[in-house]
Amino acid sequence: MSDRTTGAARAALAPDAPPTPAPQAVPAGDTPARAQAGQPAPLAPAARFFPSLAAVYRAQLSRARVARIPLLFVATFQSVGIMILMRGVVDGGSEARAVVAGSSVLVVAFVALNLLAQYFGQLRAGGGLDHYATLPVPPASVVLGAAAAYASFTLPGTLVTAVFGCLLFGLPLSGLWILAAVVPLAGAALAGLGAALGLLAPRQELATLAGQLGMSAALLLGVLPAERMPAVIVWARDLLPSTYGVEAFARTFEASPDWAAVVFDLGVCAAVGVLSLTVATWAYRRAAVR
Amino acid sequence: MSTGTAQAQNGTAAAAGAAPDVVCAVRDLVKTYPAVRGRRGAPALPETRANDGVSLDVRRGEIFGLLGPNGAGKSTLVRQLTGLMRPDSGAVTLLGHDLVRHPGRASRLLAYLGQESTALDELTVALAAETTGRLRGLDVRSARAARDAVLEELGLTAIAGRPLKKLSGGQRRLACFATALVGERPVLVLDEPTTGMDPVARRAVWAAVDRRRAQHGATVLLVTHNVIEAETVLDRVAVIDQGKVIACDTPAALKARVSGEVRLELVWREAAPLAVPEVARLRDRAVESGRRWVLRLAPDEARAAVASVTGGPAFAALDDFTLATPSLEDVYLALGGKTKGLVKS
Repeated sequence: MSDRTTGAARAALAPDAPPTPAPQAVPAGDTPARAQAGQPAPLAPAARFFPSLAAVYRAQLSRARVARIPLLFVATFQSVGIMILMRGVVDGGSEARAVVAGSSVLVVAFVALNLLAQYFGQLRAGGGLDHYATLPVPPASVVLGAAAAYASFTLPGTLVTAVFGCLLFGLPLSGLWILAAVVPLAGAALAGLGAALGLLAPRQELATLAGQLGMSAALLLGVLPAERMPAVIVWARDLLPSTYGVEAFARTFEASPDWAAVVFDLGVCAAVGVLSLTVATWAYRRAAVR
Repeated sequence: MSTGTAQAQNGTAAAAGAAPDVVCAVRDLVKTYPAVRGRRGAPALPETRANDGVSLDVRRGEIFGLLGPNGAGKSTLVRQLTGLMRPDSGAVTLLGHDLVRHPGRASRLLAYLGQESTALDELTVALAAETTGRLRGLDVRSARAARDAVLEELGLTAIAGRPLKKLSGGQRRLACFATALVGERPVLVLDEPTTGMDPVARRAVWAAVDRRRAQHGATVLLVTHNVIEAETVLDRVAVIDQGKVIACDTPAALKARVSGEVRLELVWREAAPLAVPEVARLRDRAVESGRRWVLRLAPDEARAAVASVTGGPAFAALDDFTLATPSLEDVYLALGGKTKGLVKS
């Protein structure tokens, strides 16, 4: 009784000050206990889409510091090697353009498709997805952040390959700005495909295998000039998203490029990217809660 | 005297009907893994019931342990409590939320430290902590502040710039534990957090846990197969064997159940001298593993047994013996636990 009187008196004297310290004086366990008795405890806020996308992207990008050789160098060496080999076979013209464009996009296929499929396969098999699944992060942020990081890993290698190829085959360097569109769009398409394969494969080895096969297809169908291939293989070539990146890039080497065709090719890459990243996000959701 | 009894009864009543203070309630949880068909090199596995009607209550502010050997179903249980897996049947309520219906809410109520660090291996300790904080919903500034505070608290500041992959097992585990602490949660679920840690790191872990209990009333659910750790840090423990909770109480109360027994371990030099009649008689009650015998005996029986093996002809064959009060491992075995594999270190 006396307590209450004092409290009321204090409240009357200084209505703002005293009530604030009062709840703090209650032991920490008490407030949630009351909530528990009646209503469910409040949920902590979930991470929002863009901030968590940025956080995943930054974390993934930093992995290049530790895993520099596989992520940045191997693909470049491979593509440069292929171009040197092809230099003996191809003299110039449209074939040279196809080889340079194909080798450059092959870097994207190697990292974004093959390595990302392996990464997600390994994450899934090793229980690494649990880490993300027990954080309140939107699935799309994890998938898009990782895919964007892997697409970014391809940029230096693609540039080096393209410049080296242009010098080797005597092609103009002026058209290389198109890579600013080719790398992100082909990157989105191939990284989405890689993520989906990695997350859908029932076993880790199958994820690795699928990634390797995808990259081999990009190598054979993208680098070798299409004119020399049988019809069936040309159709297969049309089914592979990396082909459109190769075509778009190869067209810009021409004296007067067909810009409508370039835009169409890049549009195909973008559409495949949206589709495959959606599938990958769905696959992530499925893989995270078993 | 009478007051004491009344208090004790009150205590029991409160413990029995502790509904208002239950943070996590599990009822009749059943999870069965489907049978796996045999492949080349991999034998077929029959259908496995990993959790077979598990019920338990975790109370606010306590460190509640799940103790059991590998394969007992602890991790399966924890995966269902963290929303990573859906039970076949049963109910899980965490802080008033139905996690079977809304598994996604678990991530907004608890922090989970799993056994794997694959997702973080190639990040530096600092970035792993900061990223986890951001994915737990903190903005950049609070994530960094929380990261710095936690790394300092756990003594990880000196190795903050090193990738987890390059750390020793214990350090890596401590770094993973740090990520679980960034972004406060009222419930911590820790799956064997101290595996591979040295005593200094272990102390850092338990000090950090205690601080969160004292300051925020945090509740901790701990998975362990380490008996010594269970006895020292847990407030209450559920002993799990083959998917079932076979006992649930404070470590002291569980040990009191087998207080009438002591454990006698005999190690023979080569083989046990079965020619000695006393030894032959002990053999019936011993659990043998190689030249080591473990016996659970009443204190006077144990005294007689020690006298008979340390005096007379049996002593020549004896390499070593220990006589110990019961541990939680004895409780586990006395309750009918069948699997070996609890760790004492």
